[in-house]
Amino acid sequence: MSQKKHTLDPDKWIKSHADYLFNYTISRVNNHEMAKDLVQETFFAGLKAMKNFQGKASERTWLISILKRKIIDYYRKINSAKGKAEVKMNFYADGEREGEWIEERVPTSWNSETEKSIENEELSNTLELCIGKLPEKYELVFRMKTIQQFETEEICKELDITSSNLWVIIHRARTQLRKCMEDNWFQN
Amino acid sequence: MKLTCDEATTICDKSQYKEASLWEIIKLNIHILLCKNCGLYSKQNSIMTKCYEKHSNQEDIKKCLGDEEKAAMEKELKAKI
Repeated sequence: MSQKKHTLDPDKWIKSHADYLFNYTISRVNNHEMAKDLVQETFFAGLKAMKNFQGKASERTWLISILKRKIIDYYRKINSAKGKAEVKMNFYADGEREGEWIEERVPTSWNSETEKSIENEELSNTLELCIGKLPEKYELVFRMKTIQQFETEEICKELDITSSNLWVIIHRARTQLRKCMEDNWFQN
Repeated sequence: MKLTCDEATTICDKSQYKEASLWEIIKLNIHILLCKNCGLYSKQNSIMTKCYEKHSNQEDIKKCLGDEEKAAMEKELKAKI
């Protein structure tokens, strides 16, 4: 018996696959609007490429393969784009004091309510604002590693960066976030 | 053996994800004994990790498309079929 040939039915794409594709994308892109756009673009690209569909893979597998390429393109764009903002460094980059704290960026003590304030519901909003201020690439790597909890190896593979690269980015992102939270949350 | 503050805080960040080696953690702890600033950074870093964990758990809610969004996508797609 020959294998059943798969067919495409774009009328049902949104209903059958939108949630699945969106879920796949959001864990890799971490931005609701961007993820939505990528999914929509995938459907459009799928329409255009329908005549190339050979029916060997299921409709969903076929759409995911298109989506994967879209996500890689998106990563490439981020990799080459300059960040939203410059990350201020905390340490002297050279000279006699290389690697030491720059005085005005030395951590300051947080008030004693700090531990309690973590339980506050609004913490998430402030944190989200701070994460949004990171340069795009830092934001992406930070979210994948910390919020989505991807393995280091997986992030490096998907974004085509080395692990020491990743840790420099994580370190800078975390330092900037700590500063942002210090200014906007922990000292109020 | 001796770490700069820059290196110490990087190891501290790695350890937040349980990805610092034992040797690195030993070096970090020695550094922290001698450096007040990095000690404070390290303490605050753990607090930040708790914030991120909490945030990470809350984020899950927003991870799906709304019905209206899907309806809009459907409309755009149908226009092209």
